[in-house]
Amino acid sequence: MTAITDIPDAPRAARPPQIGNPALRWLRTNLFSSIPNGILTVVLLAVLAKVVFSFVQWGIAHAIWLTPANDSSACRAVRGIGACWAIIPEKYRFILFGTYPFDEQWRPALSVLLFIALFYLSTRRALWRRELALLWIGALVLISVLMWGGVFGLAFVSQDRWGGLPVTLILATFGLAFGFPLGILVALGRRSKLPAIRSLSVFYVELIRGVPLVSLLFMASVMFPLFMPSGFNIDKLLRAQIVIILFAGAYLAEVIRGGLQAVPRGQYEAADALGLSYWSKHRLIVLPQAIRHVIPPLVNTFIAFFKDTSLVLIIGIFDLLTTAKTAIIDPAWQQFSVEVYIFVAAIYFVFCFAMSRYSRSLEATGGR
Amino acid sequence: MTTDTPRPPPRRRLFGAWGRRELQGLFWQVLVVGIALAVIAFLWSNTVTNLSARRITTGFAFLGREAGMPIADSLLVYSPRDTYLWAFAVGVANTLRVAVIGIVLATILGTLIGISRLSANWLLSRLAAVYVETLRDIPLLLQLLFWYVLMQALPAARAAWRPVEGVFLSNRGLILPAIPVAAPQLWVLGAAALGGVLFYVIRRGLIAQQMRDGRPRPAWPLAVGLILALPALMSVLFGVTWKIEWPELRGFNFVGGLTLAPEYFALLIALVTYTSAFIAEIVRSGIQSVPRGQWDAANALGLRRGLMLRQIILPQALRVIVPPMTSQYLNLTKNSSLAVAIGYQDVVSVANTTLNQTGQAIEAIALIMAVFLTISLGISFFMNWYNARIALVER
Repeated sequence: MTAITDIPDAPRAARPPQIGNPALRWLRTNLFSSIPNGILTVVLLAVLAKVVFSFVQWGIAHAIWLTPANDSSACRAVRGIGACWAIIPEKYRFILFGTYPFDEQWRPALSVLLFIALFYLSTRRALWRRELALLWIGALVLISVLMWGGVFGLAFVSQDRWGGLPVTLILATFGLAFGFPLGILVALGRRSKLPAIRSLSVFYVELIRGVPLVSLLFMASVMFPLFMPSGFNIDKLLRAQIVIILFAGAYLAEVIRGGLQAVPRGQYEAADALGLSYWSKHRLIVLPQAIRHVIPPLVNTFIAFFKDTSLVLIIGIFDLLTTAKTAIIDPAWQQFSVEVYIFVAAIYFVFCFAMSRYSRSLEATGGR
Repeated sequence: MTTDTPRPPPRRRLFGAWGRRELQGLFWQVLVVGIALAVIAFLWSNTVTNLSARRITTGFAFLGREAGMPIADSLLVYSPRDTYLWAFAVGVANTLRVAVIGIVLATILGTLIGISRLSANWLLSRLAAVYVETLRDIPLLLQLLFWYVLMQALPAARAAWRPVEGVFLSNRGLILPAIPVAAPQLWVLGAAALGGVLFYVIRRGLIAQQMRDGRPRPAWPLAVGLILALPALMSVLFGVTWKIEWPELRGFNFVGGLTLAPEYFALLIALVTYTSAFIAEIVRSGIQSVPRGQWDAANALGLRRGLMLRQIILPQALRVIVPPMTSQYLNLTKNSSLAVAIGYQDVVSVANTTLNQTGQAIEAIALIMAVFLTISLGISFFMNWYNARIALVER
């Protein structure tokens, strides 16, 4: 690229001289620019100070951090005055891994780390190549082996003992891994010139998007046995997984369709002129551009899914939120649910916040 | 283009006018539709066999039977002796009650926070950003359970908190003073609404006149006359009284006033705060989408800030805001079905109980779908109408 050099820079407006202490100047422009603004700042500071102070009092100063095993008497003594963080060391193994056999819990822990590594690698632009798909397949197979076991001397653990964070990550990741190709197919179907395929895609997308996920999950848990030949049944977790895949497919299809619409017509025509078939045209020319256009909304959809997996609580699958809710059924610790919810909220927050930062950075670079 | 290469002879078509492309298209359509039909037929035949094995008759006849399920908190009069149909109606009313009020409150709160994020005050805009980031990144169901636990941890009715005189917050929910509304009061309210419509029509006429001759005609005396004075006069003439009913603690519970049950209150707070975070982002990006030149031009005209926002900035921002807002409203309505987790009986919860009691799974799910599709279509229809009204009129 040759730079255009002979156009002079526009004359820069001379800045007013900066006087006084920079910190004071910052305060003046950002907090006390006018009298109402100054009053607002003071009021906000007062409210903030009060909230922070009472939280510090409750959450740090008067909090109980550790108690002897299964003894909540110290916590009960400060109930209402101080937080009982001691419930976290007491229950964290159950909250994170559910009823997975205690001695084998390094396996779900390792799976969680694998998931995090997989997500991290997927955000590296240098790795956006065909090998990434192989990496995903490899990692998901490895995680299945770790969770189920039964080979390489690992004891078999059936999936009704799975629980906690790995289940949340499995539901979200597999939902995405299968929902994404489904979404691409449905988005293509919705833009197809073939009327039967188009109307089928529209019907599917509108039906799924028109009803709450809760009712779809109910359908999976209650109606599935009705749909299948008698004697045939599949595990509840798998059924919820299928619903999440179908749900993800419909929402992702709409996002991808937006991307397809943003690809200029000339690209389609150029691909046709090269004599490419329908599938090669989309695989080589259209989809790479379409998906690049919609990466930020795709990440936002992923965040929404990650949060929506928590709805499986309603049909009794042991994801992270359900294990948290179950952990506080224990009568000794029943009163300290707020602490447990804050702990779990922090876990969800870390995952979603990381994704939303990533989406923000993609938006800033324009997906390139 | 050179003309010396002879054109290839037209390709021989196998079936008259049908070319290869059309045949391929036909093949794919037949294949996909065939697979879809086969799957549906397979599921259908299984379902029919299973239902007859369980002696469940399909159809909506069960709606006429006695429901026998208790619904604690309802807008309509209901007893467990009523029919399933009425129970569904109560569920729909409960869904609408939380969705409509939630949408209004979430819009107000979200707009305030979205504007706060753009404030020149650094502290206010940071606080708004923290609010948005925190609420958006935690699952709604978790927030709902959290609010519900907080509700249950409130003091008992006897030791209820009184933030303002007449308002009680306890583990029985939020109790507010209320004005009982019966038939006479409804007539007066109807008159006020009619006055509002009349005012709107007359104001349009006034604006049209102002457009013609440029003389401003203030409309506010008319507004006071039609919306306030007319109903007030009616109340005096017909002796309609407006009495505030203050809640009172008698024994272990409250008498009088308006009670928002803890389940309803928790659901409302969770839906409003969660959705307001998304609405705040929409409002912020909408306002930011208005080009800087528009602000400068409005300033150059010497408009006051309020007038500038109302006449110049907001009409342009709304074009960007309204379409994504529609999907947030739909989300809020669909999310209200999380009520089932804390035992607020919305339509999904009623359908779920029905399903467990009668085994009429397909009908119950069909009813849920029908209700939500109707609500979704209603919201989309209204928002599309509004969007068309505010859309940019181009050549």
